[in-house]
Amino acid sequence: MATTSTSLESRVSIDRRIKDFSFTIFLSVSIIASLAFIFYIIYRLYNNAGFLLSWDLVTFFPSYDIDTAGFQSSIMGSIWVVGFATLFAVPVGVMTALYLEEFAGKRNRFTALIELNIQNLAGVPAVVFGLIGLAFIARGPLSWGFTVGSAAIVLAMLILPVIIIITREAIRAVPPSYKEGALALGATHWQAVSKLVIPSAVPGTATGTILAVSRAIGESAPLLLLGALSFVTFNPTGLDSGFTILPLAIFKYASDSREEFQVLASAGSLILLAILFAMNLFAILLRDYTLRKRNV
Amino acid sequence: MSMISNQSQASKVAASEPRKGSNPMSSSTASRKPSEPLKFVDPVFTLKDVAVSYGNFVAVSDVNMQIPSHDITAFIGPSGCGKSTLLRTLNRTNDLIPGAKVHGSLFYHDADLYHPSASAVEVRRRIGMVFQKPNPFPKSIYENIAFGPKVNGRPKKSELDDIVEKSLKSAALWDEVKDRLNESALGLSGGQQQRLCIARSIAVEPEVILMDEPCSALDPIATLRIEELMAELKKQYTIVIVTHNMQQAARVSSYTAFYVTEVNLTSDRRTGKLVEFNETKKMFSTPDDERTEAYVTGKMG
Repeated sequence: MATTSTSLESRVSIDRRIKDFSFTIFLSVSIIASLAFIFYIIYRLYNNAGFLLSWDLVTFFPSYDIDTAGFQSSIMGSIWVVGFATLFAVPVGVMTALYLEEFAGKRNRFTALIELNIQNLAGVPAVVFGLIGLAFIARGPLSWGFTVGSAAIVLAMLILPVIIIITREAIRAVPPSYKEGALALGATHWQAVSKLVIPSAVPGTATGTILAVSRAIGESAPLLLLGALSFVTFNPTGLDSGFTILPLAIFKYASDSREEFQVLASAGSLILLAILFAMNLFAILLRDYTLRKRNV
Repeated sequence: MSMISNQSQASKVAASEPRKGSNPMSSSTASRKPSEPLKFVDPVFTLKDVAVSYGNFVAVSDVNMQIPSHDITAFIGPSGCGKSTLLRTLNRTNDLIPGAKVHGSLFYHDADLYHPSASAVEVRRRIGMVFQKPNPFPKSIYENIAFGPKVNGRPKKSELDDIVEKSLKSAALWDEVKDRLNESALGLSGGQQQRLCIARSIAVEPEVILMDEPCSALDPIATLRIEELMAELKKQYTIVIVTHNMQQAARVSSYTAFYVTEVNLTSDRRTGKLVEFNETKKMFSTPDDERTEAYVTGKMG
């Protein structure tokens, strides 16, 4: 038997090893719990309403007849409202973030005030935005009525602070050496920002925006105040058109006394989840694609 | 003594009186007497009482020197002595740091670098900079070189091709990358990336290239290649290099400026000062100042 004076056995005491092990268990349990929850919801919904999944669900309009009831107008309504909200919020949000990060200069009272308010805006309850929209856009000075346009502006306000914060982080993550290098070649500040900083910040901004937008799709409280009717039998045709949205259509069916309609609500929830997963998947693929393209 | 003779090297030194200590053996106390400040014919930079401050903090002060054209001037000194700060003021890169201020007069040929009518963008186009860490853009090799010419005008594709080839050849990188110009510059090795950054600087045809510790992130072989490249480039460009590596200063430069950090005992403020600026040969054999000698012989870090 070979004897050796070099011992490689662990010298970490038993209680330290127990701590190490139990913490790993704790972390695993946390992640399993959150995943289990979402899988349970999907399982329940699918069990309940899986048999209803067909194209009829997305091609039929709302109806009092269960055989011809579907979600087309609400899916289209959600797409219109959220689409326009994104169209309004992204340019404003990205430009605000660019200004704050690149052009506002040294941190002073003015920029500190803007920053504070952006943080505050991100914490304002959605229903408050709905009230503002009701008082100033749907009625009041603008009086655009209960339309896609009003709803899109309110949702844009809702996601704007998130987009600003995410874009600022993406811009801050761009190595300063890119800008320094560009300036040392005689580029103007704007050339350095537009040719190097912005392209490098696109992946972070895009994925963040998609995540913000996918939250907006599930949002119902503010739009409830803006006349998102639950029983709309037509698709939106423009910014001035009436609309409904998927979460409210689900709510309408779920609160019906007839059980078939409650099952239909479950099917609608599955559609909503499918849309959210698709958007998140797209965000991940986009991030991977842009990162790969950057590193060739 | 005539101001100009026709030799190279020393000819640029228009010394107003015969300088002592030209004989390396005469390292007596007599040679300790500070010689006249170096003066050059048509210097690229002329610094008079230059100081750089950040808010209340004075990073470096009382700098008086001239930097000759088409030659390599090295800035050496311990960390925190303000040599990098001073280098960055030469092409107004320091402007980008909030609160940074330059005092005194800093002339590029006969133009005041900090005159209100001087454009920092134009200054930086004429006076390029290579940074400590290679910083290629996340673009292809071709686009890295083409970036400078593109932001400074609208060159035609054929012109760009020529510029890219010429710049890469000048930076001794062409043979290594000519078959993969459209691949990402981030895939190059550290030494190649730094030569790419030098090529990128050359592409906008500057007169001066400032180098801020360009080899500190590179291995000895890559360092050697950059040094060979510098020796080649000084025929066409004026180079000012900050280096922590004294052997490097001794190998590549013709003139060396030595800075130290002076600590004010009453206020505990630390300020960089220029101790001595002389021919590199003299700096490393018979410097005028004892502090220089202590530093270059390793007695003071």
